[in-house]
Parts: sequence; C-alpha cells; structure tokens
Amino acid sequence: MVAILYLISALLFIFALRGLSHPESSRMGNIFGIIGMVIAVFTTLMFKSVLSYYEIGAAILIGGAIGSFIALRIEMTALPQLVAAFHSLVGLAAVFVAAAAFYDPVAFSIGKVGSIKTASLVEMSIGTFIGAITFSGSVLAFGKLQGTISGKPIVFKFQHLINALIFLLIIFLIILFVINQSPTIFWTIVIVSILLGFLVVIPIGGADMPVVVSMLNSYSGWAACGIGFTLSNNLLIITGALVGASGAILSYIMSKGMNRSIINVVLGGFGGEQDTSASKDNSDKIVKQGNAEDAAYIMKNADSVIIVPGYGMAVAQAQHALREMGDILKKEGIEVRYAIHPVAGRMPGHMNVLLAEANVPYEEVLELDEINHDFPMTEVSFVIGANDVTNPAAKTDESSPIYGMPILDVEKSQSVLFVKRSMATGYSGVDNELFYRDNTTMLFGDAKKMCEDIVKSLSA
Amino acid sequence: MEAHSSEVFVIGLTVFFLACIIGYYVVWSVTPALHSPLMGVTNAISSVIIVGAILAAGPQGFDTSKIFGLIGVVLASVNIFGGFLVTYRMLSMFKKKTKKTKEKE
Repeated sequence: MVAILYLISALLFIFALRGLSHPESSRMGNIFGIIGMVIAVFTTLMFKSVLSYYEIGAAILIGGAIGSFIALRIEMTALPQLVAAFHSLVGLAAVFVAAAAFYDPVAFSIGKVGSIKTASLVEMSIGTFIGAITFSGSVLAFGKLQGTISGKPIVFKFQHLINALIFLLIIFLIILFVINQSPTIFWTIVIVSILLGFLVVIPIGGADMPVVVSMLNSYSGWAACGIGFTLSNNLLIITGALVGASGAILSYIMSKGMNRSIINVVLGGFGGEQDTSASKDNSDKIVKQGNAEDAAYIMKNADSVIIVPGYGMAVAQAQHALREMGDILKKEGIEVRYAIHPVAGRMPGHMNVLLAEANVPYEEVLELDEINHDFPMTEVSFVIGANDVTNPAAKTDESSPIYGMPILDVEKSQSVLFVKRSMATGYSGVDNELFYRDNTTMLFGDAKKMCEDIVKSLSA
Repeated sequence: MEAHSSEVFVIGLTVFFLACIIGYYVVWSVTPALHSPLMGVTNAISSVIIVGAILAAGPQGFDTSKIFGLIGVVLASVNIFGGFLVTYRMLSMFKKKTKKTKEKE
C-alpha cells in the first residue's frame, strides 16, 4: 500500500514537470506537484513507527509559515537569490536526514548503531557529502546574487589542485567512516564538504550564476537521491533523479548559451583580470548619444521594434515602464516583440518571469532561435540592460573571450538603441563595437528612468 | 526491507536510471520561458526528503536522531511551501497576460 501511494506521488511529480511544457498546462502541473507532496507526507505519517504527530505537525507549521511568508513577500527580481536560498535548505535537510539515520538506524531499518549495513553507510555519506556541498555552495551563491558578497570571481593559486585534494580527502574520510562508523568522522565529512562547497562556487562570477544556480539545483536532486538509496525509498530516488536531471539539463542549456563547457564555467575565473586589457583603443571612436525624445522619435517612425532585455533591466526594475512603452508603441500600430537570450539575467528564464510580471503577453516574448532571423527585417532594436549577448565580436573576433557565443543579431536591424548606465563593458570585460556604429544611438541613464521618459515623449 | 541488501540496491539503481531517463525527456519538453518556474517546482519536490525527516522524527521520546529529524522537517517544509507558492505566483503571472490578450483580440 505504502509503495503504491509513493508511486502515485512520484507519478504526480513527473506530471508536474510535464505540465511546464506550456504556460496553459503549467498551473495544473503545479497542483499535481502539491497533491503528490501531500500524498507523500500523509503516507509517511501513517507508518506505525511514526507517533509524534504534534511535534511533526508543529515543525511543518513552522517551516510552512516561514516558507509561505518568504514566497509571498519576495520581489520577482530577487528570484535568483530566493532559489539559491531554497537550494541550500534542501542540502541542509539532506545532511540532517542522513545524520538522523546514522544516529537511529533502527528507525530506518538499516541496521543497529555501530553495525549499520555497509551499503547504507556508503549511500548515507554520499548523500551527506552532496547535501553539504549544495548547502554551502548555495549559501555563497545567495550571497553573490544578493550582493552581500562581491559577485567578482575570486581566484587564487592552486585553486583546482586544492579542490581536488579536498575531494580525495573526502573519499578517504568516507572509506574510514564505513570502516569504523565514528560520529566524529561523520561530522568531519560534513565540515570538509561544506568547505568544498564554498571553494567550488568562490571562483564563479556574477553572470555565470545561471549555470551555478542550475548546477546547485541539480546537486540538491542528487542529494535527495543519495538519501533515497540510504532509506531504500523509491519515491526519493525517482524525485531526486528528476530534479538532478532537470538541473543538469538547465546547466547544459546555460553553458551552451555562453559557448562554454560546463567544466569551464565550474573552474571559473572568467572575466576577472582581463577587464582592463580588453577595452583598448576605442577611446578615439565616436559614440552617438541620444536622449529619450530621440528614442521616442526613432521608434514612433518604425514599423517594428524588437526589445532585448538583460540583467540591467532587472537591476533597475524597469520591466513595468518597459511594458508601458511597448503598449504605447503597439497602439501606434508598431509591431513590438521581445528577444530573450538564454543566459540573460541571473537564472534560467529570469527575463521571462519579469516580463510576465509586467503583463507582457508571453506570445510576444521569443527565444533566440525563434527571433534571430527576424532582426534584418526589423527597423529598431531596443537593447535595455544587455551587452555581451549582442556583441558581434562573438562572431567575428576569434581572440575575444566571448567568441563563439550565440548572440542576438541586433546589428542587422536598421538602427539600434542601447540603454546603458555608462560605457562600461559587460561582464565579459569585452568592448562592444556596436556602440560605435553609425546606426547605433546610446541612451545613457537608468533603465527605468529612461523608459519612463520615453513613455512621456511618446504620449506627448 | 528484508530482501538481500544487494538486491534492494539493484532495484534502487534500476529505478534511478529509469527516472533519469524520464527526467531527461520531460525536462527537454519544458518551454524555455518556464525555466524559472521549473526551478521552483524542482526545488519544492526535491524537498520530498521530508519523508526521511518524518521517519526520523516519528518515534516517541527525545533523542539526537529525533531532533535532527524535526530540524529536517522544518527545513523541508520551508522549501515545500515556499517552492510551490513562489511557482504558483510565477505561473499566475503567465496566466494574467493570456487572458488580457484574448480580451483585446
């Protein structure tokens, strides 16, 4: 009976993910997920060994209240931090469950204290190891996304060698743990894994965060899997594998969006020191500057506008003002669409959610593959808070660090409007030659303010 | 539970690989626009480790294991409620717009 209920719950989780293939079916998917979770929890509460309903109920209420409070209050621009924070909790929970199983193996039928089955010990320590890495890695990712810690990659000598040695140390500790089942070694594994989690995320810079967040997502799944093997619980194994696969695929998509291998991102240190060397001889080139009225005039006289949002839009919270601008243009009979680069923002799908929040119809929001061939037929590209993802150097300059990265071909549209705070380079530290082209107009200023001013000019 | 542990492990491994394959195909079918909600949902469902935490917190009386279990239940509950709710919020934004456009059309 229990196995069947767990199976139903696992199937509901699969449907929950399947639902996300389309916005229309996605809400039903989320409900399937909730039902699956409710079934899983109640099935477990029905176990004969589970008796302390009050304590468990109280724990669920406390956690639920905190979770609900945060989820309802959070700003959509802060989503990446929130997701990172949640991942850290999954990792920590995995560590605690593994610890609980270690201290009371009888409750999980994996042996007695001091004589736990070897297989269970191995699975337990792997679950602990991944859980602890997920925890500390996510905490650091949270700090970098929140701005508490500098988003700059921190690189030092022998970094990879040190990480590799720590990894070997952990394997050694796990072997030792399996042999003597000592609590001291268990906690040493936890602490060393936490340290490794920090060291793994430290060299990874701000704009690589989409990959890191997806990777940690994946890890949290594998941690659940590890616990699932320890408890011989298929529901945990299935769910962990689903989440692990999901995070791995997202990481792959994100790295591909930057034309870098996952390994390259994980090793990190990208865009750190070459900042100064890359922006070289462009000081003598002329930049055409414009203001909101110019932008309004240019767009008003176009038939078609493609808006390219980037992280800068999120930082400035410009999505609502931007949508208002789009609405006015649409009323004028101008075709307005949005082009999203896979790595725009700080987490997969970040821009889509922000535009959705601002009530931009999702039919107007297109992915790189869907819209890239339309740029030559487009009069105006309005780039707001994005830079590297439009840089033609990715196609032409083999020496550029971003060479080979797929870009949005805004250069092919008749004119380009760039909303930027300054002439500073993007995350990659590469200068964008588009800024100096004749058909480019730079609009310097805060993204939100600029959109509001354009709206004013348009309605004047 | 009484089966040979190697047998149990192989069954677990079978389930694991099949689930990975299902995950692979299901996740590729997710539209890129919904990748953020995907992270929200996966975050919520990975907290199904609450099952393990409940088992640890289950027995009466208080010992180390039970305290760890209860902490696990709290942490996982934060994620479950938080994950599903934030996903719900994201997805309802994707809904509002469609209605509006349909009305406009």
